Amino acid sequence: MKRVAITGLGIYSCIGTCLDQVKDSLYKGKSGIVLCEDRLQYGYKSALTGFLKEPNLKDCLDRRQRICLSQQGEYAYLSTLEALKTAGIDTDYFEKNPVGIIFGNDSSMQPIVETCKKMEQEHDTQRIGSAKVFQSINSTVSMNLSTIFKLKGVNFSLSAACASASHAIGTAAMFIRSGLQDMIICGGAQEVNLYSVMSFDALGVFSSMQQSPQKASRPFDRDRNGLVPSGGAATLVLEDMDKAKKRGAKIYGEIIGYGFSSSGGKITEANPESEVLAIENALKDSQMQLSDIDYINAHATSTQEGDKAEAMALYKVFGDKMPMVSSTKSMTGHECWMSGASEVVYSLLMMHNDFLAPNINFENPDQETSKLNLITQTCQKQTNCFMTNSFGFGGTNAVLIVKK
Amino acid sequence: MEINEITQKVKQFLINEFEIEEDKIYPEANLKSDMGIDSLDFVDIVIIVEDIFGFRLNTDDLKQISTFQEFCEFIQSKTKK
Repeated sequence: MKRVAITGLGIYSCIGTCLDQVKDSLYKGKSGIVLCEDRLQYGYKSALTGFLKEPNLKDCLDRRQRICLSQQGEYAYLSTLEALKTAGIDTDYFEKNPVGIIFGNDSSMQPIVETCKKMEQEHDTQRIGSAKVFQSINSTVSMNLSTIFKLKGVNFSLSAACASASHAIGTAAMFIRSGLQDMIICGGAQEVNLYSVMSFDALGVFSSMQQSPQKASRPFDRDRNGLVPSGGAATLVLEDMDKAKKRGAKIYGEIIGYGFSSSGGKITEANPESEVLAIENALKDSQMQLSDIDYINAHATSTQEGDKAEAMALYKVFGDKMPMVSSTKSMTGHECWMSGASEVVYSLLMMHNDFLAPNINFENPDQETSKLNLITQTCQKQTNCFMTNSFGFGGTNAVLIVKK
Repeated sequence: MEINEITQKVKQFLINEFEIEEDKIYPEANLKSDMGIDSLDFVDIVIIVEDIFGFRLNTDDLKQISTFQEFCEFIQSKTKK
């Protein structure tokens, strides 16, 4: 079985639009959360969101390439450009080698809403134009990037709610392990426009702490009262370790474990037993001992039930061997379909810069979260191995383990 | 509408909406091979022509047209009706 190297990484998020900015934000414990007035006017119960600068791609892409990209596709284009740069890969490489793409994405609301509005006004499909279909279907990110970068390998998107990107990375790793592909661009993307999470807001699971946006995302804190939606895109380049070394690529890390499970319960219910199963599956796959895990980037989104279930699951698995734990969602909010990939990027940045970012806004534990070894202040620490958790609606769980 | 006015209007939307360089737009220029317009672009051209000239092109019409000049003359023939 082949080993899976991470040879490229890129990020476009609310705490920075490149790796250097994001590294600084993580170190400083900087929040990217704002209150969005447009969401308030539109009728959201909670208008808290990660804020992202809208890209201007006019100098990078031609008209056809630009108009077919959804918002999250634009973010993913930029994170992928950065990932390819760090990997030392250019379009010439794609001409000679069949590189694949597997991206996590589970919605594309804006073009769908705009298309419906157009139809309600004009009742004429011709007036929709040529681009909306390519923006609105769920594979919008992988289909557009594969076209832009002229990729010739495996090409699909993966939808698994908030575990989409983790499963995309895990699936890409399996393709490489098996030798079916030597290199795959993978990651996750999440839209943040006005329409992106309105049906999510209906469930009442967003934080109501609108008076203090940067305090609202407080995973594991006793007084947490809901998640803060966010988005952007994160990209990894995964590669056959031997071939990566042969071409002299920088190795940022190795994917050594992928675990998954389904809770088989209610559609929104967090289930500690199934989370334990996913974590144990990842540990077994990685052949690591509990004490080998230096850091856990938790799924914890700042909801009462979700964080409680994860704290219980982590305690069940690790007990008194609990590694240091934080949820970078305390700074970024919940990046949903993107989160599994961004949290690998965040953790790699910490690992390569010998620090662990704080779980900001953690002030008081509750009964379950008191059993975690939570990082409340940035700490200087060398780490060699981390775990990231992603748990989504429908009980889809994915866990990745990465070592230096 | 006079052919010169049509030509100017078509030229402007090809430059502004389709980002075609001005020097690629001349009477004998082939819409596909010289100007790079493809079948997806025609979907959007139908909308723009309808908004500017007030009639609906259909894709069969466009299959009969090769050059910029033919395209402008076709529009003139439709606007005269």
